[in-house]
This record gives sequence, C-alpha cells and structure tokens, in this order.
Amino acid sequence: MNKTLLIIQREYLSRVKKKSFLILTFLVPALMIGMYALVIALTIKGGDKAPIIQVIDDSGVFAGQFKDKKSIKFKSSTQSLADAKKEVIKNEDAFVMHVPKNVASGGQIEIFSQKKAGISVMSTIEDEVNDLMRTKLLKDAGIDAKTLEGIKPELSIVSKELTAEGEKDSSSGAAMFVGFAGAILIYMSLFIYGVQVMRGVIEEKTNRIIEVVISSVKPFQLMMGKIIGIGMVGLTQFLLWIVLSTTLMSVAGKVLMKDKMDVIKSEMQHSQQMKVPNSQPSNGVGMDVVKAMQTIPFGYILPVFLTFFLGGYMLYSALFAAVGSAVDSDTETQQFVLPITLPLLFTYIMSFSFIINNPDSTISFWLSIIPFTSPVAMMVRLPFGVPHWQLALSIFLLIGGFIFTTWVASRIYRVGILMYGKKVSFKELAKWFMYKE
Amino acid sequence: MLSIRNIVKQYANHLALDDVSLEVEKGCIFGLLGPNGAGKTSLIRIINQITAPDSGEIWIDGEKLNPSHISKIGYLPEERGLYKKMEIGDQMLYLAQLKGMSKADATKRIKYWFEKMEMQSWWNKKVEDLSKGMQQKVQFVATVVHNPELIILDEPFSGFDPINAEIITNEILELNRKGATIIFSTHRMESVEQLCDSIALIHKSHKILDGKVKDIKNSYRDNTYRIVYSGDLKQSANELFTIIDQKNQADGNHLTLKINGGHTANDLLQFLISRVQVTELSEVVPSINDIFIQQVKN
Repeated sequence: MNKTLLIIQREYLSRVKKKSFLILTFLVPALMIGMYALVIALTIKGGDKAPIIQVIDDSGVFAGQFKDKKSIKFKSSTQSLADAKKEVIKNEDAFVMHVPKNVASGGQIEIFSQKKAGISVMSTIEDEVNDLMRTKLLKDAGIDAKTLEGIKPELSIVSKELTAEGEKDSSSGAAMFVGFAGAILIYMSLFIYGVQVMRGVIEEKTNRIIEVVISSVKPFQLMMGKIIGIGMVGLTQFLLWIVLSTTLMSVAGKVLMKDKMDVIKSEMQHSQQMKVPNSQPSNGVGMDVVKAMQTIPFGYILPVFLTFFLGGYMLYSALFAAVGSAVDSDTETQQFVLPITLPLLFTYIMSFSFIINNPDSTISFWLSIIPFTSPVAMMVRLPFGVPHWQLALSIFLLIGGFIFTTWVASRIYRVGILMYGKKVSFKELAKWFMYKE
Repeated sequence: MLSIRNIVKQYANHLALDDVSLEVEKGCIFGLLGPNGAGKTSLIRIINQITAPDSGEIWIDGEKLNPSHISKIGYLPEERGLYKKMEIGDQMLYLAQLKGMSKADATKRIKYWFEKMEMQSWWNKKVEDLSKGMQQKVQFVATVVHNPELIILDEPFSGFDPINAEIITNEILELNRKGATIIFSTHRMESVEQLCDSIALIHKSHKILDGKVKDIKNSYRDNTYRIVYSGDLKQSANELFTIIDQKNQADGNHLTLKINGGHTANDLLQFLISRVQVTELSEVVPSINDIFIQQVKN
C-alpha cells in the first residue's frame, strides 16, 4: 500500500476510534435538536403563562378597549390604585397598569409589578396604548370610525433577488442565519482541526517516534498524511452531524412535534396572508429558525461550505504543522500560533461587524478573495449572492494559497522535527526555511 | 555492502561530517565509534535518507542509495519512542508496512518475533501500559521485523537494563549469523569492542581511523607485557626489556615491561624462568579506547 495512504489511514482511524470523537459526534446534533425543539416548544407555548394586567383607568379613555394578546391579558379593575399596589406587594405575578386622568395631555402611564416587566411586555402594551390613543385622537379630531378603518395601511416589504434566471424570494433572516452558522463553523473547525494537526506533530516529536517514521517515509509524506487524515476526520464529523441532525430532526418533527408543526405551518401561512409584522418576539425567533431551515438552499451552500472548509483547513493546518515541528511542547506554541490565527480572528470580527451589513463592499470583496481570510468571509457573503467569477477566483486563490503554505511549512517541518531542546525564534524558522535539501 | 564515499554535511554553523569515507563489508559487525557530537548520528541519518549529504555518495550493494533501500535497512535511533496511545500490535503493523511489507507478511513476522521474545500477550496493550524495558523490546522488534539486511543501532545499550541488553545482544548476534550486516554506533567504545569485526573512529567530523579490530590492535601492539611472579628479580632493566611499571601486591609482584627490539616473549620467559617463579604472563594489547585517546592526542 502507498505509504502516504497508510499514514492517512492511521491518523484517521486513531482519531475516529477515540471516545471523544464519538461523544462529540452524537452530542452536537443532540444539542442542536434540543435547541430546535426548545425554540419550537417556546413558540407554541409562547413563553410563560401570559401575565394578566389589571388596568386602573382613571382617565376613562381606554375603558375596556384593550384587546387580549397571546402573551398578555388585560383586565379592567375598579380597585383604587392604593389597594392594587398592596396586591402587587402580596402577589409576585400581579401587574397593575395605572392610567392617570391627564393621560391625553402628557400624563405618565405606569406599570407596577414585583418583577421588572419584560421588554416584550412593555413594548406590546406600549403599542396597544399608542394605537388606542391614536384612534381616540383621530376620532376626537372629527374623523369617523368608518373612515378610520379605511385608512389603516397594511403594507409589508418583500425582498426579491433579481437574476438572469428570474426572480426569487430572498429572506435576509435566513441569509443571516446561514452566514453566521457557516462562518462560525469554519472559524471554529479551522482552529480545532489545525490545533489537532499541531498536537499530532508535537506528539510524534516528543514521543521520539519521528525518527523511526521518517527513516521509512519522507517528512513531506508524513506531514501531508497527517493533514489529510485529520481533515478527513473533520469531514466525517461534519457529514455525521448533517446526517444525524436531519434524521433526528425529521424524526422529531414527525413523531414528537406533529401537532405543533401543523400549528407553526398554519401560523406561518396566517401571518403571511395577513401581512402583519409579527409582534411577539418569542414567536418571531422561532418563526425565523423554522423559515430559515425551509428556505436555505443546502444543495448550493453545502458544497461551497465544504470547499472553503477544506481549502482553509489545508492552508492553516500546514502552518500549524510547521509550528508543531518547531517546538518541543504545547506550552511553547503560543508565540507562533498567535500570528497564524490573527487573520482568522480579524476576519471573524469583521464578519459580524462589517461584512454582514455590507456584503458587497470593496473591503468585503477583498476579505472574501484573499486566501487567509476568504474561508470565513465568503461564508458570510455567500447567502447575499456572490457572482460566480468571484467564487471561482476565491477558490482558485485558496488552492494556490494552500499549495504555498504547504510548501513553506514543509521546508520548516523537515528541519524542525529533528531539532530538540532549542528555543526557536522566527529568525531561526527563516533559516530552516532557507536550508537546501 | 555499504560504501560511504567522501560525505560532507554542513549545518548552519558547524561542519558535521568532513569528507568521511567508509567501507562496511557484508555480514560483518561494524562499530562506528567516537565521542558525543563527533558526527556519528549525522552519518547514520544520511544512510537512512533522513537527511541528504551536501556532497559525497553512498552505495549499497553496488547501487547508489535510493528510496528502494529503505526496506533493506532497520534503524534503531538513539532517541527512540513509540505512539503512546496505540496498541502494540497495530503499531508494529504500521511501522512494518511503512517499511514496505504487506500486511499479511508483517503479521506473520510480528507473530514470529513476539513469540521469540515472549511478548505474545502484548498485542492489544498500549505502549503507555508497558514498562520501559518492555518498550525497549518492542522498539527492537520494530527495528528488525522487516528482515533488514543492514541493521543500524545508534547507542543501542543506553537505557537498556543488563538483562534486556543481554537478550538483545544475543538476538543481534543471531541475526548477524543469519547474514545481516550490523552497524553499532556508540561513544562507549568498550561496550562493543568485543562484538565488532571492524570499526571506524570518528572525531570532530573526521574519520581518524578504520579497519578490522584485529589489524588495528596488531598495529598498536608495542611488545608490552605484564608478568606476575614471586621471588626477587633483582634487575631493573637490561638489553632484553625496559621496565614500565612495578608493583608489589598480595598475589605477587606485578611488572609491566616492554621487550626491546629483536627479542620475543619466549626470550623473556627463558630469562625469567631461571630467576623467579612466574605465575602469569600476558601481552598488554591497547583497548580501542586507548587507541582512540592516543589517536586524538597525536
């Protein structure tokens, strides 16, 4: 058997057989399903039981006009404010809303409760109060109820992508979701698997098996075998996650959440028909996730994701291998790992502060083209639509990039693995790089 | 078997090997001797194709050194180790296959060696569960499992306990009898003196001496003898010999002397027999260590 294949096989099997690999493989989808189920459950349930707001309306403006919402119920009360306040002190679930007499002329509406009222509760009530107040003021201004009904605009904006193939709905929520998820996954896995390569090299060096192995194979074969083997571990992990997650999700969807899924679907149709912006935040998040799951073009995103993961992984892991060869123990790696990971860290921060808001700007373009930053940056840009030529250029440069880093790394590696007990500096590394065969 | 021709190896700030040439005959046990840092390991790494020389050539069995020779060489480095978390059997299979063996052949050979070394029960054990002595056995088996024609052992007995050293020395001698060429590299010259047919002395990147142990020793014989006797010799020196050292000890008088030119040990014996009771007479042959020190001083 080809020796490089043998090395790949060993690197792969020795990691896949580990307990930690199995645990991680099953834990992550389980967690994802758990979160997914939780979001759905919360959506259905609408959070805790809806608080009941006792309304003490001294002004008489709103008299019984408050409409119950899913997350909030209203109850008119004739109690005095003082009595109501006493009740609040006794009952921690009680909410009392006091509308002063002069509410129309700037009086402050107050809500009393033991717990601080949540933002969603507050904003829901605020919307309701303002809505009612506006209606009242308009009526007072002489516009009759019928005219008023007629001038309630019900507009919503639908974003459509226009391409040569035609137009299609685009959901910027789903786009954000995919962008975030893909970029985070690539960012984290470059670190995780890159460090695994580095550790593997250090292990062979400190175990002193390295000299036996490279008396049988070329250092380059050993380095590439290790990089490819661990890369395949990463791919296996991703594939297992995808398969497990989708299986579990569809099973969970069919068995556990049959009724609830129906509810969500009908709600979604309902809200789309009504074109009413969703006013309940807990509901909104759930809807976004569900929608995103349905609208993501996995057939397109997945291959691109895997390409950029592999390209980025090869590029960075070669550098990690070089670092591993240069040091004698994990503790010495710090000074070399930091400069390697800086471009990644920079892109990661840029992704969530800049690229996500300006996916087509010049900076975003360059970040998604330069090999050291493109694996993360491109994933963020991808859902917003990237021209094919840019994608092709980026992949082409990424391949060039990893050939370059592998070449540089292998020159350092071949010297480093046989070097013991030396405090290595960047100058030293440069010297190793220059050694002739 | 192995021909090393004019090897030069330069590292960044020191010259590791300067124009070193050696011949190692097929089937012999060869000692590559010299103090630490002399360049022995650099030379061995070049033979194992771990590094390449700056100039010079290496030939094995009339062929210039090339990757196909990897499977013919078994190498036990000075810094030796194993994968700690890997099972012994798997590890052996891996290393043997890296040397170019098929999986089936490797399995057969490993089983043979495990039986020979009484290691059968170790197959599924991890290296971290083995004692140091056991690990050394495993490392030795890994070195010879692929039936190498040339076995290179760098400081083989450093860290070996006496029992293991004995076992492994015997195995090496048996392999040698079966035709393998052995190269020992060590700075402890006395440890291999008895084993080696030929040696080379390396000092400060240069080869300072090589040849058959017998020839070298012969050339360094200078007619010095040690005698033990009782009685009184009464003479300090004459035309027959020159006294180098004289001691009176419990078991008799010890005398180290040099026989002058034109005379033999028999002449000396005749001279002694008539005067004292001789209990012992032996030639003082310099050890390789002495020869080395003498060479370095020159």
